Formats: sequence, structure tokens, C-alpha cells
Amino acid sequence: MTNAAGTSVEVRLPSRLGFEKVAMGTAASVAQLMGFPPERIEDLKTAVAEACINAIEHGNNLNEQLSVGVILSARADELEVKVVDNGSGISKQPPAPDIDRKVHGEEEPRGMGMFLIQALVDEAEWVHDSKGIGSYVRLVIRLDKEHELNKESE
Amino acid sequence: MQAETKTTVDRISGSSGTQISVLRFSGDISSTSKDSVLGAWQTVNGGGPVLLDFSKVDYINSSGIALIIQMLMEADKTGRKVAAFGLTPHFQKVFTMVGIAKYAGLYKDEATAAATL
Repeated sequence: MTNAAGTSVEVRLPSRLGFEKVAMGTAASVAQLMGFPPERIEDLKTAVAEACINAIEHGNNLNEQLSVGVILSARADELEVKVVDNGSGISKQPPAPDIDRKVHGEEEPRGMGMFLIQALVDEAEWVHDSKGIGSYVRLVIRLDKEHELNKESE
Repeated sequence: MQAETKTTVDRISGSSGTQISVLRFSGDISSTSKDSVLGAWQTVNGGGPVLLDFSKVDYINSSGIALIIQMLMEADKTGRKVAAFGLTPHFQKVFTMVGIAKYAGLYKDEATAAATL
């Protein structure tokens, strides 16, 4: 395992669907260097992908002249990911998705992204830039060192 | 950047002789998969239970999940049973989180899934 603490990696993506996979791969590589277990890396990949898709589709309205910034900051016991776009951010959190309402046609089948982000990482917050030049979502996933040490000793 | 979704349709016999349609997906399931996924569903829209095979799927995002929910909507309208197999442990967890497991049983392999239909 490489000591990645204190390092930062930044990626800029075009606002085109599919490029979220570049961010997924980068986040997975950093998390692997930090020693995250495979199942947490999978959680992170999905959360980062959904954050990037939201930024591409809703923040930048699929305008390929605009890019989505992904900043990964490795700390001793956590990885922070900021996904930055040019949009105005969200005014309020959407309600939690209801599968019964979706299956019965009472709610749009889409709208799972923010729910998945919140469910899969340890912290998620949506921040509107007060200078009016964009907004970002901040995700944090924590290393459970005690759990990892226990697994290694088994 | 996204791997094209390919869907093939098979028919197998269940344990009680029931004809089961199997939709076998490969590649990514995302916003670009609508024609492949829902088009395949239309070809099996006659009735009978359906199995969804995800064993060759690498990536599913929330837009892909929405397509799966659309298939479940169609199945619910006509009372068709649906089961899925071949998901990675991560996507089994995601499907359970979003509630898909309530409408489509999730199984490790085809034989186990087919036996429930």
C-alpha cells in the first residue's frame, strides 16, 4: 500500500455522458492506493459516477464547452471527492425514491442518483458557490482502519 | 466511453415446464441502453415469466436502473414474474437499496433464479 495521505489528484471531464467512467477509474485508483477494501471502492465508484452524471446533465446541461472538475484529496483516514460544475446547485433535496410509486407509474422511474450517493458514502453535501460561479458536491469516504487490521489478522 | 449494451433473448423451460424468457445483457446499462433494453423487453411482451441475466454487465448507473424499473412497471401491469441473476455483490446491494429486489428476486445463478419462477 502506498502512503497517499496529503496528496491531491484533479481530473477535468468534458460534459459528455460516459466520461464519468474516467472519474470512477481515477477515484478507484486513489482509493486502492490508500488501502480501501474492494467493496468500499465499488461504493465510491458508483457515488462518484452519479455525482459526475448529475454535474454533466444538470449542472452543465450537457454543454461540452463546459467541464466538470473532480478533485480527490487523500487524507490519513479518509478520501474527499469534490465534483464541481457550472450550475446553480440544487435548491432542495429531492424526496427519497419510492419503488412502489415508481413501479406503479406514480413517480418517474429516474431520480435515484442522489439517493445512491448518500447511501454509499460516509458524508455527502451539495454546496452552492456563493460567488455564483458554480456549485459542487462533496463526498467523503472513510477508512475503517480497525476493521481492516482485523481482516488482515484473520 | 460507454460500452454498447447488447441484449439477446433466449427461451428456457422452468422446472414445471413453464416457458421462461431470458434477457441476457452485456456491456453497460446506462442512458444509451434504452433501445437495447426496452426493445428486447418488447419482444417478450407476450406473457410468462422473465429472467434478467446481468452476468456480462460491467457498469449500471441510475439511468440504467430506471430502465430496469420500466421493465418492472410493464411486468407489474400484466402480473408477470421477474427474477434476476449474475449481479456482482455491489450491484446486488444497490438493487436492494433502491427497492428492485422487492419486485424481482435476485439470485446468484440462472438455475436458482429459474427455479423460483
